[in-house]
Amino acid sequence: MARSDVQLMLETKDGNSASFDLLLQRYRTPLVNFLYRIVRDSGAAEDLAQEVFLRVYRARDRYAPSAKFTTWLFRIATNLALNKIRDTRHQKMELSLDAPAKEDEQVMELPAPEKRVDQMMLERDRADFIRSAVEALPEKQRIAVMLHKYEEMDYQEIAKVLQCSESALKSLLFRAYETLRVQLAPLVGLPAQNSDVTVGFRKGRLS
Amino acid sequence: MKGLFSSENVNCQGISAALIPYLDGRATVNEQTLVESHVAECPACRTRLQEFSRLFGVLDELPPMQPSPSFDVRVRQRISAEPAAGWFGWLLPAPRLAFSLAVLLGLFTWMGKFQSPGMDNTGATATTQSEQDFRAIRDLGVLENYDVLKGFDALSELPVPPPRPATEDQDNGDGGGQL
Repeated sequence: MARSDVQLMLETKDGNSASFDLLLQRYRTPLVNFLYRIVRDSGAAEDLAQEVFLRVYRARDRYAPSAKFTTWLFRIATNLALNKIRDTRHQKMELSLDAPAKEDEQVMELPAPEKRVDQMMLERDRADFIRSAVEALPEKQRIAVMLHKYEEMDYQEIAKVLQCSESALKSLLFRAYETLRVQLAPLVGLPAQNSDVTVGFRKGRLS
Repeated sequence: MKGLFSSENVNCQGISAALIPYLDGRATVNEQTLVESHVAECPACRTRLQEFSRLFGVLDELPPMQPSPSFDVRVRQRISAEPAAGWFGWLLPAPRLAFSLAVLLGLFTWMGKFQSPGMDNTGATATTQSEQDFRAIRDLGVLENYDVLKGFDALSELPVPPPRPATEDQDNGDGGGQL
């Protein structure tokens, strides 16, 4: 049975570096992906993810399993990402929301090798369309969607990361998904005639 | 447990925040009942719910970004470059506190450096002043005592020392010149 995050962190606290490596392996991809969606820069996302792990390591001696490890981890990541966005904005270097994705960003996303080129291009265009819609969301909404949709955190956990109430979070998520529904209407829009109300409700559930 | 809504007459706006928990399976029983009863009668919300459901599928298409192959190596490098926690290791997680303490220490040192001589002068001046006052008080009795002052006339009768010869003065004054 896999050891829990808390267990691994407590072992790291006791000086077991192999346990920290396991945490690193477990969370590097979700963290880099999360940070990339927030700061919209692959290099900065990697740097920030490294900084998150470094801070976790530095704090190992003071670690107390009072909250979920992921809440703590993504709280650090969120703070760092928001600071980065603030700094970038301050330097007037923020990328335009409408700008196409940079080449290095696309290189990081690996397509399946068996796909045809035209199919890959179509999928890339579609992915760019979806990505630009997500990235155009306000910061807090974007973070909420990332944690809800991609990290599958529960509402209580996301509310702790964003330091808001659960009801405020539900409203925030609704506004974010409503914006995405409108922005991505060509992809999500239904035909004129509506299907039966019972069809598709549960099919789209995340869990 | 009550959910977001308690009223039976839930409108479209009131139901909106429960649509996402309903789709991700985390709605309370109350929220679930309200959403289902509302969308059964509201075509607009029914459509919206279906579009949300499709939106979740569309968002799944977004490929995750993979960390670079050197990611782990760079994290380990940064960790190994961390200074070992020593006596002041507890200050490392609180750089602002460390900086504030350093500034305060420097400020006190600087103030001490420039204020100490001033304080010494003040003390010396105060000592001198008090000595003068003491002498004045001490001599006050003598100056007011006529008998004593009268007796001082005897001092005027002291023999006046003979003036030194001029040559001797000159010799003394020009001594350096001769050398």
